[in-house]
Amino acid sequence: MIGERYLNLLVLAALMAVPLWALAADEPFTITLATRAVILALAAVGLNIALGMGGLVSLGHAVFFGLGGYAMGILASHAQSYTPLELFGLTIEGTKSMPVIWLTAIIISALAAWGIGLLSLRTSGVYFIMITLAFGQMFYYFAISWSAYGGEDGLSIYVRNGFPGLNTLVPIEYFGLCFAVLCLALLLNARLQGSPFGLALNAARQVPARVETVGLDPMRLKLLAFVLSGAITGLAGALFADLNRFVSPTMFSWQLSGELIVLIVIGGVGRLMGPVIGACLFVTLEHWLGGITEFWHVFLGAILLLIVLFARGGIVGLLTGKEGPHV
Amino acid sequence: MSNPILATHGLCKSFGALKATEDVSIDLRHGEIHAIIGPNGAGKSTLIQQISGALRPDAGTIELLGHDVTRLTTQARARAGLGRTFQVSALAMEDTVLENVLLGALGASGRPWRFWRSVHADKTQKETALAALERVGLADAKDQRTADLSHGQRRQLEVAVALTLTPRAFLMDEPMAGLGASGSKQMTGFLDGLRDEAPILLVEHDMDAVFALADRISVLVYGRIIATGSVDDIRNDAAVRAAYLGEDA
Repeated sequence: MIGERYLNLLVLAALMAVPLWALAADEPFTITLATRAVILALAAVGLNIALGMGGLVSLGHAVFFGLGGYAMGILASHAQSYTPLELFGLTIEGTKSMPVIWLTAIIISALAAWGIGLLSLRTSGVYFIMITLAFGQMFYYFAISWSAYGGEDGLSIYVRNGFPGLNTLVPIEYFGLCFAVLCLALLLNARLQGSPFGLALNAARQVPARVETVGLDPMRLKLLAFVLSGAITGLAGALFADLNRFVSPTMFSWQLSGELIVLIVIGGVGRLMGPVIGACLFVTLEHWLGGITEFWHVFLGAILLLIVLFARGGIVGLLTGKEGPHV
Repeated sequence: MSNPILATHGLCKSFGALKATEDVSIDLRHGEIHAIIGPNGAGKSTLIQQISGALRPDAGTIELLGHDVTRLTTQARARAGLGRTFQVSALAMEDTVLENVLLGALGASGRPWRFWRSVHADKTQKETALAALERVGLADAKDQRTADLSHGQRRQLEVAVALTLTPRAFLMDEPMAGLGASGSKQMTGFLDGLRDEAPILLVEHDMDAVFALADRISVLVYGRIIATGSVDDIRNDAAVRAAYLGEDA
């Protein structure tokens, strides 16, 4: 058994050490893998706010991941073709600047989460899962048919976007940038859990009737959680698109929404480092087992099964000996 | 006599052919405990839910402090001064005892939209929360997980959360439910003193408690109030004896 605080620091230290080792050993691909894990972790940290704290099982979080990706793809493609983007009579210049792209991704995902949340939160349980799934599919098929931005083939961006003071094309520098963003998101998440909003949201998940009788609206609490959650996952989408320098409709796919849930469940629902541990494990399995057999998901399924049956608190729960929140 | 703190006028609620509430008019006056008793299935829960805001009546109005609250949501009624406790404890079981009362203090402040600062940072809210725990005798258990509390302690915490709201009227749904003899006696003693802070509309099965506490009693049978009066009036009311107290009175 290990204190959760130490476990958290240990995980972050390990996640930082691997790419540093890879840099010394001249294994740039490992750095890319670590970056991929960090970005998936960020997406799941976002989902964990809705899922772990709010109890909202969203099977449509790929919407925000995809919106973040397309925000990057569209802005950068206009910048690389030197044609401004015409939208509702407005002329918007494309950009290759990450801070601008990130802000756009966050705002668009937050707006989408607000709209989707407003409609979806009228339902609960399995209907909530289905309606978020339906939104996911709508965005997915829209992206496939949107030929102006590559349709099914997706969009390639030739040069990674820039961040002031960094050469983002150097793998370790881009890793550092993504890692810093992840740490910020984790800090926000940690503060959130101990904040008045976190307390009210946690109660809204457990006993909505109680929250109403103390004069608070559980719906509004959950809606805001969903918006925050979507915004963070959207930012992760923009980073993911920049990692691959490629955006495609698969970023909107429901498999991705499912994978985000799976890796949170494996790591630990509602636990600060649950998504991070889950994402690292996921990427490691995907790479190693994926190299041995294309049916590597079987092993992932087996791990998920064991966790669900014997360790409801996920890996964090297993290591700290403390069960997490029930969703 | 001053205006009632809480009143219902001609409240009706049907579920299909079942008339769960039929023309119910009751009031709760300053400084009193008004008990509502009735056999199982008399419509006590339906009535409580309409007053608290969980169910909308088919007809009739509900007034709180002279304002019509019939169309207000549960949370708006809470903010207007209605403090409700639940028959089955509705507490955040994963959270600590203190966090449950802090939620009440937070709701009373109306400011849950703080994302960065700690929930323990607001001294006023924390004092309100601790004071409520102190009053029900749970101060020593403040750091325990609510799920680890005994049933009796949960009943106390249920009342403590309502106290943090400093309500103008209490609506208590069987606060003695499941308490043993000594627990019930303790709760009775506590509620006895509470009526001076805010009047209590008390739905309760425990007849000893009701007879010990109530200033007035209303008897609900098949959705109708068949009698309202003092403890002695009710004890001696022939219709009540026939309909309800029956063999054990």
